[in-house]
Amino acid sequence: MMQLDWSAIPRSADFLWQGFTYSLTLTGFAMTVGILFGTILAMARLSSNALLSNLAAGYVNLFRSIPLVLVIFWFYILVPLITGYDVGAERSAYVTFAIFEAAYYCEIMRAGIQSISRGQIGAGQALGFTYLQNMRYVILPQAFRNVVPLLLTQTIVLFQDTSLVYVVGATDLLGAADKIAHRDNALVVMYTAVAVIYFVISFTLSRAVKRLHARIAVIR
Amino acid sequence: MGNYQWNWHVIFEEVAGTNEHYYQWLLSGLGWTVAVALSAWVIALILGSLIGTARTAPNKWLAGLATAYVELFRNIPLIVQLFLWFFVLPEMLPQAAGDWMKQSMPLPEFFTAMVGLGLFTSARVAEQVRTGIMALPRGQKNAGLAMGFTLPQVYRHVLLPMAFRIVIPPLTSEFMNVFKNSAVALAIGLTELTFQMRQITGEYAPSNPIEVMTIVSVIYLILAFSVNRLMALIERRVRVPGYISGGK
Repeated sequence: MMQLDWSAIPRSADFLWQGFTYSLTLTGFAMTVGILFGTILAMARLSSNALLSNLAAGYVNLFRSIPLVLVIFWFYILVPLITGYDVGAERSAYVTFAIFEAAYYCEIMRAGIQSISRGQIGAGQALGFTYLQNMRYVILPQAFRNVVPLLLTQTIVLFQDTSLVYVVGATDLLGAADKIAHRDNALVVMYTAVAVIYFVISFTLSRAVKRLHARIAVIR
Repeated sequence: MGNYQWNWHVIFEEVAGTNEHYYQWLLSGLGWTVAVALSAWVIALILGSLIGTARTAPNKWLAGLATAYVELFRNIPLIVQLFLWFFVLPEMLPQAAGDWMKQSMPLPEFFTAMVGLGLFTSARVAEQVRTGIMALPRGQKNAGLAMGFTLPQVYRHVLLPMAFRIVIPPLTSEFMNVFKNSAVALAIGLTELTFQMRQITGEYAPSNPIEVMTIVSVIYLILAFSVNRLMALIERRVRVPGYISGGK
């Protein structure tokens, strides 16, 4: 077994931190936009307008059937073609993940909305709420609350999936570690460190979500 | 976007300097995608069933070990896991074994992707199998024991046959995920479908990325749809009348 030189990590801490910050920012952005857009998609899927609900269903099924890696390549090529600007791998990934994750968040929000009893909708209508008011003040707050653990679990998956931006050469945590690994010939140390970082964060968060789930379940 | 030169015949063009055509690259990529996904799925089903069952075992030590396995494989991104198997493992093994992996192992990218994707998916299958077993009424296990079955017999003849039927829908989506996740193997150089797509739209570029990517996306859609239909067929075949979604 070879001797491992762990000093490559402190030496490149700044660059790794920069990559890690990008991973977190990308996760945060995709989660925020994904949940917002996903909620709108879920409302469209449950709408009585057949055209609207079919369009939303098509969107969701499309993105749930093709590999994320392929979607990353799609937007890496499409975003510069459409906007006419060479935005680079890092920025095109923001668009990719927001659009892709919306499909997954949509399914969770749809389950949340469907978990609300019909009487609630009727009650809102009886109070004279319009559709949007009913959603805003009656249905969505309860639906959201019911699926918070699922949304957070999906966000942990999303956090792990951001590592796939590596395939277009973006400098996320894995991308940064990979560049240093090749420069310093420290593949073993760098990849192991990345695995440990991802594991510690994802494991801790998933434990926290489990506890939250138990608490919410008791109150309900 | 205005001056994009559309050319849907691009995949039928000949690769410069060879007598191959681009569509042959895509077909060979599709072959690797299917091969790696199916073989990883076999590993995932076998290991996942064993580990999912172990998680419900009365032996605390065994259940804890199985839980640790699932947590380990679920909390590290697939691409990082593949890098660990491909680049890190050979360095951690004794010299001779490491050298064999690096130099003389046949089809290194394929077997690494198969094992890596298989183990990654097995943790997810294990979770589904465990959920299926937990969903059964407690009386089923006790009834089996009362009949004089040993615990392994209860699992074999009473619990697992019912649990597997319950988890067919979530297993369907895991089966579809295996095909999608196989694209990650391009990162260790497996020449699967997405790898070939990048190859055609990349340096060798006839430079018609949109057409090639559309075709490849449609192939993935067809794969996902086929898996979905196949699993629906199995679900209908094995359903128990009068039970779960058993119908009649």
